[in-house]
Amino acid sequence: MKEIKLFSLTTNFAENKDLARDLRINEIAPALKNGKDVILDFEGVQAVTQSFIHALLSGIFREQGTVVLDKIKFKNCNENVKKIIEIVVDYMQESIS
Amino acid sequence: MKIYLPNSAFLGNIDPFLRAFDTTNPERLEITANKKWISLHPVALSLVAALGLTVDPPNIYCEQLEATSRHYLERMGLFKLLKITTDIHIKEHEPAGRFIPLTQIHSTQDLTKFIQDMVPLLHLDPIQAEPIKYIISELGANVFEHADSKIGALFCAQYYQKTNTIRLGIVDTGVGIQNTISVSHKADSDLEAIGLALTPGITGTTRNLGGTDYNAGAGLFFIKSIAKVNRNFFMIYSGNAMYKLLRTKRTKRVILSADPFKDNHSGGEDFPYWQGTAVGIDISLDSTEEFSNLLELIRKTISEAIKTRKKEIYKRAIFI
Repeated sequence: MKEIKLFSLTTNFAENKDLARDLRINEIAPALKNGKDVILDFEGVQAVTQSFIHALLSGIFREQGTVVLDKIKFKNCNENVKKIIEIVVDYMQESIS
Repeated sequence: MKIYLPNSAFLGNIDPFLRAFDTTNPERLEITANKKWISLHPVALSLVAALGLTVDPPNIYCEQLEATSRHYLERMGLFKLLKITTDIHIKEHEPAGRFIPLTQIHSTQDLTKFIQDMVPLLHLDPIQAEPIKYIISELGANVFEHADSKIGALFCAQYYQKTNTIRLGIVDTGVGIQNTISVSHKADSDLEAIGLALTPGITGTTRNLGGTDYNAGAGLFFIKSIAKVNRNFFMIYSGNAMYKLLRTKRTKRVILSADPFKDNHSGGEDFPYWQGTAVGIDISLDSTEEFSNLLELIRKTISEAIKTRKKEIYKRAIFI
């Protein structure tokens, strides 16, 4: 199990896509490929952009299929963060199914 | 080039300001203004500043401004940015709660820092700040990813107490939307390209549904939706085309549409050529719709848009 605390990297507004892409490439994707589950902890993150979540997740869905969603858990998300994650998860599944 | 600062240029009446812009002789800029009063939306001010940054400072001629509101231009940093000497003297005030002066941003790192520093200046409740941070982040990211703008992104904002509204403008002098979109999609005109850029799921970086691992093609749609749900103006100007989302009347129900040309809008493609992209938006703080409600509407609209696009690209059985 790998747990990533976003706040220490993003502060309370997670919007930097470069940072999201680096996290995906260097932390999330390798952990999943090694068979680990990943917890993304949004504690302290008050807001995210759709672009940030897209850069964080969409490449993983594309590479490993949407089945990978079973191995990623989203922790301590407020209502708006949850909704933006759901938007990205929904459109990615609809796009690649 | 010549640009005239009128007594009023806000999103509702910005068309004459844009149409009066003279693009001839791009090595020189002449700024003239209304003698009595100058009142500009931040996007209009950003356009003037961006034009000035494309010209060597000695080639900028700015007439002696007589309007009583000329101090506003000084306060917003126009003359300092363009290295124009004026006789306007103002007592600098702490800008908190009123405006963000013209700010040139050159990278995503600058953008992240700017967003952190900017929010306290506007003195907003967190619920009001959220859509504004969102808009600036997405528009700024577009400039750095797609525009290849020599001046970076020029941004400014102003709070208007009378209408309790924040007005924002962000301008670049990059390749423009048609160039960006045409890499992956057919866009025969600037207006067609703007329409595609506002459609969820369409990005210049790929033809694939869902975008790339870095771009979804949903940023501008989100921003237009924030304006629509809050019944505010939104304007985008690139090349010869301008698209303006008009305000939705209080008596009408807000419906988000994936097709921007189905929204109540105005504009055209006979405007003076703007090399780059300019975006202006108003956010009325009285009517800031719960962001979560907006997200629910966006989710449904994007989902429908992708289903429609998938059907459009389905292969058909060939019957002979």
